[in-house]
Order: sequence, then C-alpha cells, then structure tokens
Amino acid sequence: MAVLTYREALNRAMTEEMEKDPNIFLMGEEVGHYEGAYKVSQGMLAKFGEKRVIDTPISENGFAGVGIGAAMVGLRPIIEFMTWNFSLVAIDQIINSAAKMNYMSAGQFPIPIVFRGAGGAGGRLAAQHSQSFESWYAHIPGLKVLAPYTPADAYGLLKTSIRDNNPTIFIESEVLYGSKGEVPEGEFLIPMGKSDIKREGTQLTIISWSRALMYVLPAAEKLAKEGISVEVLDLRSIRPLDEEGILASVRKTNKVLIVEEGWNVAGFGAQVAYLIQKEAFDYLDSPIERITQEDVPMPYAANLEKSSLPSEEKIIKKVREMIQ
Amino acid sequence: MSQPKTKKETEDLLELYRQMLLIRRFEEASAKAYSMGKIGGFCHLYIGQEAVGVGAISALEQKDYIVSTYRDHGHALARGLEPKSLMAELYGKKTGIVSGNGGSMHFFDKKKNFMGGHGIVGGHISLAAGIAYASKYREDGAVTLCFFGEGAANIGSFHEGMNLAAIWKLPLVMICENNHYAMGTPEYRALSVKDVSVRATAYDIARDHIEGDEVRKVRDHVKVAVERARRGEGPTLMEISTYRFRGHSMSDPAKYRTKEELDKYKQGDPLIKAEKDLLSAGWAQEELTKMDETILKTVEESVDFAEKSEEPPLGWLYKHVYAENV
Repeated sequence: MAVLTYREALNRAMTEEMEKDPNIFLMGEEVGHYEGAYKVSQGMLAKFGEKRVIDTPISENGFAGVGIGAAMVGLRPIIEFMTWNFSLVAIDQIINSAAKMNYMSAGQFPIPIVFRGAGGAGGRLAAQHSQSFESWYAHIPGLKVLAPYTPADAYGLLKTSIRDNNPTIFIESEVLYGSKGEVPEGEFLIPMGKSDIKREGTQLTIISWSRALMYVLPAAEKLAKEGISVEVLDLRSIRPLDEEGILASVRKTNKVLIVEEGWNVAGFGAQVAYLIQKEAFDYLDSPIERITQEDVPMPYAANLEKSSLPSEEKIIKKVREMIQ
Repeated sequence: MSQPKTKKETEDLLELYRQMLLIRRFEEASAKAYSMGKIGGFCHLYIGQEAVGVGAISALEQKDYIVSTYRDHGHALARGLEPKSLMAELYGKKTGIVSGNGGSMHFFDKKKNFMGGHGIVGGHISLAAGIAYASKYREDGAVTLCFFGEGAANIGSFHEGMNLAAIWKLPLVMICENNHYAMGTPEYRALSVKDVSVRATAYDIARDHIEGDEVRKVRDHVKVAVERARRGEGPTLMEISTYRFRGHSMSDPAKYRTKEELDKYKQGDPLIKAEKDLLSAGWAQEELTKMDETILKTVEESVDFAEKSEEPPLGWLYKHVYAENV
C-alpha cells in the first residue's frame, strides 16, 4: 500500500478523474503556473495544459460564477478556493446559484461542481485566515459538504465528489496537507454519507471530523492507557450525514462527546447532538458534551490561539469527567 | 431607423411587432391576475422595454444562450417559451415551465437555451460568463447574451464577470437595459457614469450605446456584437436605454417619478413606433387589429390553462433539491 500525503492523495484523485473525463477542468487562483498555493495541483498544468488547469485573477465571486455557469451546460468544474476564507466573497454564488439552480429549474440544470480548498484553523494566521465553515455550508439544502481527515479519505471522497451531479463543498485542512497515510493501490471511491470508525471503543464515543481528529485520536490513545475505552467516529461527510453510523455508536457506548474546530453557536455539533437526543435519548447515560473553538475570532498570539482551539488536554479532561 | 421599405423588411418588422405585442398583452394579463391575488411574490413587468428583449433575442441563433434577470417574462416570450407554461408558472402550477418551483423570477427552459431568470441583481453576470466560457472550452460556436439592469452595473459580479470575459475573450454580449431606476433609485444617484457602456473601456472591450425604442435598430446593433463574439473577438458591453411604464414590481406605485416623465417616455412606446412604421409602410390597421385579437386569445388561453391546472403535488416538495447521480 502506498503512503501518500494528503495533498498527493487529492492530486491523484483530480488527475485520475481528469484523465477520464474531458469535461472536468480545474480553475482557481495560482492552480496552474504556481501549481497551487498549497501545491495540491502540482504537475497538473504540465499534464493537462492551460485549457484545463486555469489560473484566475483574484475574483472569487466571478470565477465561482463562471464555474457554475459552465456546469449549467454540462462541464464539471473543480473550483479551488485558495482558502475557504475567501469563499465568503463567493458565497452568494454558492448559495443562491449553485445550491438552488437544480431546484429552481425543476431539475433542468443540475450543477455538477466541486468547490474545494484549504479550510480550518492553523499556523497563527489570525482572525481572517483561520476559521472553519463546515457549519455554514451544511446549513444549505442543495449543497453537499465533506471534510476528510486521512489521505485515503481525501482521495476516495474527492473522486466521489467530482462524479456527483450536485455542488459539493470539499473542505480540506491546510494543516493536514503534509500529513501522510496509507492509500490503497488502485482506484476506490468512498460514498458520501458514510462515517468511519477511526478507533473502536466501548465506553464513550467521540464524534469529530477533519483536523480536530489530530487532537482526538492521541487523546483516545492516552485515555486507553488509563483504562478508558473511547470510540472515535470520523464523520467525513457532514452533509449528507451518516445518522445510522452515529446512532449505532451511541447505542454501543452510551456517552457522546462532539469535538469540532468550528464555533459553538449554531455549530454543526449542535445538529448532531439534536439527532442523538431525538433518536437515541434512552441510550444516553450522561448529557452530550461538546468541545469547540472558543467563541472568539481567532487570536494571533500563539498561546491564545492554542487556548482557543480543541486540544488533547481539553478532550482528556472532559472524557474523564464524563466517565466518572 | 426609418420605416421599412421592402416587403421583406415590412414582414420582418411585423413579426417583431407580434412578439412585442404578445409580451405586452401577456404582461397586462399577469398584472390583472396579480391584482386578483392569483400570482404571488414579486412580479416585475417588462412593459415599455419590449423592443430591447425582442430586438436583441432576434439577433441570436437557436444554439445561443440567454441569461436573464428577475424581470424575465419578456425575454422568455421573445425566446419563444410557451405562454401557457409561463402563465402557469406565475400561478404556481405543476404545468408551469419549472413546475411551480420558480415563479416570476425564475423561468428556465433548457430546450430553448433559456438559462434562467435570476433574482439576485447582477449575480447572474458571472454565470453568463461561465456559459460563454463553456462555449469557448467546447468550441461550439454559441454566443451567450446576458441581460441586466443599470442597477446591476454597480455590483462586483458585473465587474468580475466583465474582467474574466475580457481576459479570456469569451463569446459574451452583455446588455444593460437601462430603464433609469434601480427599484426607486434614479440612475444619477447610483451610477458614476451617465452611460454604463463606457465602463467597457476600463476592461478594453467593445462597447455600444443606443436608444431602445426601435426594435429593428436594437436587433441590428446586437447582431454586430453577437457576430464579433462569434468570431472570437471577445465580449461587448452595450447599454440600451429604455423605460418601464410600470413600477419596479407590481407592489411599487412608482411615486418617485412624475407623470410628466412617464408621459414623455410613453410617447416613445416601442409598440406605437413599430405600429406607425407598419401603417406607413402600407400595412392595414385591420390586419394589426386582427393580430392583436389573435394574441389576446393566446393570452386568454394561457390564463385559462393556468387557472385550470393543478398545483404541484405536496410529494414534490423535496424533488430536485438534489440531482440524481446516474
């Protein structure tokens, strides 16, 4: 089995899909000659040429719209946002055009487009460059929202997204681009709406996704050494949501902690908590708990940034409280 | 442009006049239905602007694309969308052009390359650039025509769409239908320029500016831009000056403008101009009256069809939120 970085896995997924389907093109700032701000599109311009790997000026609203228009007539664009922070100037196009076009046109104009790029917190980039938008986009009917953690998931889910006939919000974590993981040889797809148990356990379920798992998984290992058995469920797919997978784990462990890098208020974890209390209330032995990014714009100072985010320590402390 | 001279020119004008009259009568009927509470939401009428939509769209081929605004009834009819299904859409019936999912602002017809009425002012301009982009990508020779109002010329999507269309030389014709009011805001309070088309110079693309009261003149000017686009010479920004005789929407009494101003513009009514030209070219008044009667009957039938059509079944609520993957 090959060991790839997260960025290599994404690159392989796009490259393989573009080799198969001439309707697919990649567009965004610095995706071509610069080979991607985070080097996700390395080598792709040389392979596919300027017709299919297209550098844009800084104009997210404009090129998001161009992608949607092209998708209306059957092309299958992959639109890279250098970071999801910049997607905010394109959010009108994503919500009002991409998400609703199929509905408004009674199925005449599906929008097979992938919006992808770096998201999440990290690197002391401060308030405007360090934030998570899964909850924002998950709010919108018509969109699908994915946030993979491992290179294998990134590969399998990106391929699925590219083949999907709906607009997909594919949020990568900028901190994870260099992370390595085993990616099976040969082509494989991972279906949307299917969570993955990243670690089996019996006493408590931690539900999480994307970069937050960087804290969750080591915390679970340390807790195991204390004799506390934690199950770690990686949602991977925020919308559609694997309700059955979540409920099955809750019914097994009877305790739930949700860890997310986004903000608390109206955060996606609240939706997961609602699902659990509604569908598995009788299985709960304690209140559902959440650990999130603190309710502040991201600070720059290293100590404040760290203190505002979920951490191993916070998770271990919370699990210990919940198990007692 | 003066009156038609040859028989061919006269027949040509007659057809354009028929299309404009259909729009006028259709909209009068929709205004009535709206007043009776049969049509919901906003209902932005096109009355007064008919020469722009009809003239511009008549310059296109079937393979070309049209992207419209929230004021899309006129453009849809000019493109030949079925009046019955448009009226049924206004009524929110299952027989509507988009099965009651869209209403007044969201007509779509894939078969006619009618790429939608779009409700966010100016947001559709970059979509139009994207459709034109696809034509360039596929080399299908199609041109995309995008309508918008002068209010849209101040939003980011207009500028970003124009810049992208310019750097990529997209086959796009952008038509600013300047009706002088963005809802209740007159152009002089919102626009830094008197003529929107001069903004083309900032993007180094072709421009044109005309009055939109003569349908054949509109068609001839748009044709130049369409041919330029088809030759691969890039986009054009046109301003076509026009006027809406009604308020911004049916719920707008338009108190921000004077009766004198409205009366002045009504003298430039594109239908009256076309009618005068037809009469002086020797066409009989009775023929025109007969045409009007036929159109009125078509419109009545569309209202009747909408009235009698069923509402969409409740089971359709979630239909089309997501496209199926096949």
